[in-house]
Amino acid sequence: MQGKAAIRAEAQRLLDRFVQAGAQPVEADILQPAETLLDLYGEDIRARAYVTSDPLQGEMMLRPDFTVPVVQMHMEGGAEPARYAYAGEVFRRQEHRGRRAREYFQAGFEIFARDNREAADAEVFALFAEVLAPLRLRPATGDIGILRAAVEGLSTSPARKAALLRHIWRPQRFRALLDRFGGRLAAPEARKRLIETLAHSTPEDLIAAAAPRIGLRTPDEIASRARALAEDAAVAPISAAEVDVLEDVLKLRGKAPAALAHLRDVVVDLPAIQPAVNRLARRLEALAARGIDVDDLDFEASHGRSTMEYYDGFVFSFHAEARPELPPVATGGRYDALTRVLGQSRQGGAREIPAVGGVIRPGLVVALREGTA
Amino acid sequence: MSLKIGVPSKGRLMDKTFDWFGARGVRMARTGSEREYSGRVEGAEGVELVLLSAGEIPRELAAGRIHLGVTGSDLVREKLADWDSEARALASLGFGHADLILAVPACWIDVDTLDDLDAAAAAFRAAHGHRLRIATKYHRLVREFLREMGVADYQLVDSQGATEGTVKNLTAEAIADITSTGETLRANHLKVLSDGVIHRSQATLFLAPGADWQNGALPALEGLAETLGLDLPDGI
Repeated sequence: MQGKAAIRAEAQRLLDRFVQAGAQPVEADILQPAETLLDLYGEDIRARAYVTSDPLQGEMMLRPDFTVPVVQMHMEGGAEPARYAYAGEVFRRQEHRGRRAREYFQAGFEIFARDNREAADAEVFALFAEVLAPLRLRPATGDIGILRAAVEGLSTSPARKAALLRHIWRPQRFRALLDRFGGRLAAPEARKRLIETLAHSTPEDLIAAAAPRIGLRTPDEIASRARALAEDAAVAPISAAEVDVLEDVLKLRGKAPAALAHLRDVVVDLPAIQPAVNRLARRLEALAARGIDVDDLDFEASHGRSTMEYYDGFVFSFHAEARPELPPVATGGRYDALTRVLGQSRQGGAREIPAVGGVIRPGLVVALREGTA
Repeated sequence: MSLKIGVPSKGRLMDKTFDWFGARGVRMARTGSEREYSGRVEGAEGVELVLLSAGEIPRELAAGRIHLGVTGSDLVREKLADWDSEARALASLGFGHADLILAVPACWIDVDTLDDLDAAAAAFRAAHGHRLRIATKYHRLVREFLREMGVADYQLVDSQGATEGTVKNLTAEAIADITSTGETLRANHLKVLSDGVIHRSQATLFLAPGADWQNGALPALEGLAETLGLDLPDGI
């Protein structure tokens, strides 16, 4: 392991570079209220973050990343557009043996801007590419926005689309839902029986007959979902052709220009993805204008799908190709939805602002530069 | 130095453990007064009995303070991170059966599977402004199971006892608990999800790879394994 001083110095060097690129340097508390993080990331975050308790403020977490505090700070009255930079340690609980670090530095750069999202995407990526250039890393890119658009374009009920969208970051559950909605997986027996019974009884009667009501979930909520299930049972399966197109998009990988050309062909079958494909085209132009060799840029439609929850558009990472066992040296992407969720929890109604950014791990930068990783 | 085997220090679990070893030619017994936690072993060379609370045996195995230990497989999986590198199962002992299950109110006619639970959790969160609460003391097992199954929008709330009552008391919407018969669940108007068995637990003999196997412990283990008719894993 490198000396912490060298890593801290590298983090500072990255921070200085981000400030030079127009960012305002910001700080974040190490102790963050657990509630916000749990609401955002779900119970899983407990396995990945250190939880401690404060006698007055309740559960606190050692910050697992800077994104949430930086977004909150911006929502509390940052100017628009804004660029922020930060550097400091993050803490990750590890439940398995191995070399994964429990505390390490991150240096990050984030842009909050309403106009020209693709230009902002390209700005972040190009800045990272420039800073990391001496390490000769392999960049990979993707676009969760295209997956979302492909799901939204399916000819099926809004409820089914919402269920698929909710699990876009959980490939296994997404697959199970798609198999069921596509008619490839039969409904479980209990569901079939319920639907049959609902044909001649009301949900209210069934609930009353089943058992005494206990718990917070009201009979209305139960009845309303039972009715939704009956309606869903009458919805036609998503056609095999549409499932094939969606799977084709999920599997797509290649060099960016070929991927774009392929997606333009897919638009013929799935016109709903046209705007997302246009955004990809504009992003590639913006990247090229900033000197990125897009002809050699890898694009993978499902990139970051299982590891980068809350990214909902452009995503990217930089890997040391010769060291596949190392985590990515840098990761980032667009997270418009996160600002919407955090905006909702504030007083004054829902607010959101398009945001894109990423983090570099100075520890890995130092280790790779010195050949000591 | 001898081979230390940790065994539950009281109750049915202790009696059944003694029976299991006794049926295979290894006699275990408590010695001294009723209140003194010491014991002896006959029929196996160089084996020392350590009487412990079943709940502490996983920790003692992980720390390598005992070479072998008998405890519930649920406790080892719940209490040890990366449990299979800290403890290796040598034999399932065929008693102490208990299933860790997920249960919801029986009046939830729309929920029968994890799939339903996940969808109901999403709707519940939208309606109530907080995630659907699952009361349990098995945090690690439940969280890992639900992550693997892709269930979202839930939260775990700690319940160290009378877990079946938490739904009625409005401190949880669902529970994850050990059940052997299911009667307590029915009495509390709960039902088990049809794919909601998280772990089928039973008393298990574990080996601690991290214990000190020098100075006579290994020959003692080989002798004991032969008497008991057990296969030993490679690479201890």
